[in-house]
Amino acid sequence: MSLLLQHIRKAYRQPEGDLLPVLGIEHFELARGEQAVLLGSSGGGKTTLLNTISGILVPDSGRVIVDGRDIVSMPEVVRDRYRASRIGIVFQTFNLLPAFTALENVLLGMTFSGRAVDHDFAKELLQRVGLGHRLHHRPSRLSVGEQQRVAVARSLANRPVLLLADEPTANIDPANQDLILKLIRETCRDHKVSLLMVTHSMDAAQQFDRIERLHEFNQPELCQTGAVR
Amino acid sequence: MNLLLIAWKNLLQRRLASSLTALSIGLGVMLMVLVLVISGAVETAFTQRSIGYDLIVGPKGSDLQLVLSAVYRIQPPIENLPAMYLDELRNDRRVVTAVPLAFGDVTEDGSFPIVGTTDEYFQNEYLPGQKFSFQSGGQRMVKLFDAIIGADVARQNGWNTDDRFSILHGGAEGSKHDEKFTVVAVLAPTGTANDRTVFLNLDGFYAIDGHEKPVEEIEKRLRDFYAADADRLQQALTELDDYRQQLQVEEQTGTPAVAPRAMQEVTAVLVRTRPATPFDAISLSADLQKGFQAMAVNPIRPIQRLMTNVIGNVQKALMVMTGLIILVSGVSIFVSIYNSMSDRRREIAIMRALGAGRHHVFGIILAESALLCTGGAVLGWLTGHGLAVAAAPWLIRRTGLLISPWNISPWEFTLFPALAALGILVGFLPALTAYRTNVADALSQ
Repeated sequence: MSLLLQHIRKAYRQPEGDLLPVLGIEHFELARGEQAVLLGSSGGGKTTLLNTISGILVPDSGRVIVDGRDIVSMPEVVRDRYRASRIGIVFQTFNLLPAFTALENVLLGMTFSGRAVDHDFAKELLQRVGLGHRLHHRPSRLSVGEQQRVAVARSLANRPVLLLADEPTANIDPANQDLILKLIRETCRDHKVSLLMVTHSMDAAQQFDRIERLHEFNQPELCQTGAVR
Repeated sequence: MNLLLIAWKNLLQRRLASSLTALSIGLGVMLMVLVLVISGAVETAFTQRSIGYDLIVGPKGSDLQLVLSAVYRIQPPIENLPAMYLDELRNDRRVVTAVPLAFGDVTEDGSFPIVGTTDEYFQNEYLPGQKFSFQSGGQRMVKLFDAIIGADVARQNGWNTDDRFSILHGGAEGSKHDEKFTVVAVLAPTGTANDRTVFLNLDGFYAIDGHEKPVEEIEKRLRDFYAADADRLQQALTELDDYRQQLQVEEQTGTPAVAPRAMQEVTAVLVRTRPATPFDAISLSADLQKGFQAMAVNPIRPIQRLMTNVIGNVQKALMVMTGLIILVSGVSIFVSIYNSMSDRRREIAIMRALGAGRHHVFGIILAESALLCTGGAVLGWLTGHGLAVAAAPWLIRRTGLLISPWNISPWEFTLFPALAALGILVGFLPALTAYRTNVADALSQ
């Protein structure tokens, strides 16, 4: 199993001091290689959930088990490194670093994992997403579609077990949306990576065998007053 | 990719801002290098054993003025000594060499100081272990109005052997002497005041019209000088009486009078004592301290005093000022990086999301700051020494200082570690901001 969420509670403390419950998930799992799409309304907690799974946010309680290890109980330094080596992330706004070329952006993903940086694999990934001829171009010289393809390649740089994609096609023109989606799904399939993708697009969602609606398994009201991180 | 490379790439991304901040550090370092090079030259000029003699003997007065006038030729002379006193010194068993110097005049072209001396001056070492060599011409002033000139004089005035020149009496605004002098030799560069000096035959110096003082004035001086030595005073007065008679005969018959030794004066005497008995210089100096009107000065001590009390403090003040410039540049680096942090929150958050730990982003920002400081330092160091190389010929011509543009001061060895430390110091707060970046917040912006 790639991902298992148990008894997750997450609430934000608001400026007035009140608690805003966001996540209350009793159980959620994703099998190895499984691909699921997550639907939900704006402000429904989708991004908070992805940040919690990736360890960027720590839940108030509960367990987030990625590839057999609970990342909540890890010290932050270990969790950061674990995220780098086990979880790939594709952002809605690509989030490529402008100072680095396409190849360097992919290598950057490897740098923080603690593993040896594999130039050949980085090039192979970029070739796989059709950017073999754009290795040394900076993001500013790439089209929007190309930038997102670099982001996909970067997310797979450390051979993760789980890929989190937060509306990866939202900022892309319709012609490229299918291409990117297909690319993400195929590369995940080829590398046996589990995929959890957040989207608003029903067209995109219908391509997945498993469609999850956040409001169906998330019950924020389960959050009790207590420690809020 | 390592953190240093990531930091370097980040700096390249903000080329203009990075260059300007590094440049500000570079300018500070450049100024510091120039101050160090020039200070080094000044220090070398004033702290080396600046002359190949043990003592300088001159009339009583300021020891510093005596050294500055006799060795560096940058001060007017104090007064004169009777030439008879030179003979006494030469007869002292402790003295190996006593070379007379007579000065006060300057060349008409370039206002270079004139020094009347003997050939002995050129046979002795001008610095310990260093003897004069000549870049052209013979090596002796045989004729009365022969002259040997320093390398800078030759270069600046375009003079060579057989060229003739005039001199002015008692300073650049004095009257012009009628006599014309002929260059018989040009000294090779020495890196000392000799390069800026014109040497005349001492006898020629005495023979210059107007250099001979009235007999009454000389008599008064001799009476003062030899007040405690009746025998010598009597000998001198006898010579003067005889000379007065000769002058009367000259007036009546035209037979030229020959000035006796008592009529001649020297401005200073360079003395070398017996090398086997180093206390000779001290005992001679002590003897002179007790009586007469003369003093013997160890050329090193007044200069050391000058270095410690005046030049050293000026150097320190300049160093502190350039240090402050670098510090201000450091603050500008801090402001530049700190201000950029709000724009870079997202970049930092992306790196954190990719797995970078807080310590990674902290290190990257510190490395950026240290790179700016050390990069600016390298740039400033090279520019400083480059400028020193370019300006050295001009400075040497203008000041006579022996500038060694690539001479590295011990201070410079501390410059790079100090600037790296400054970089880390000014980068600490921005790095802490990066360390504390809230990843989820920054990504959602």
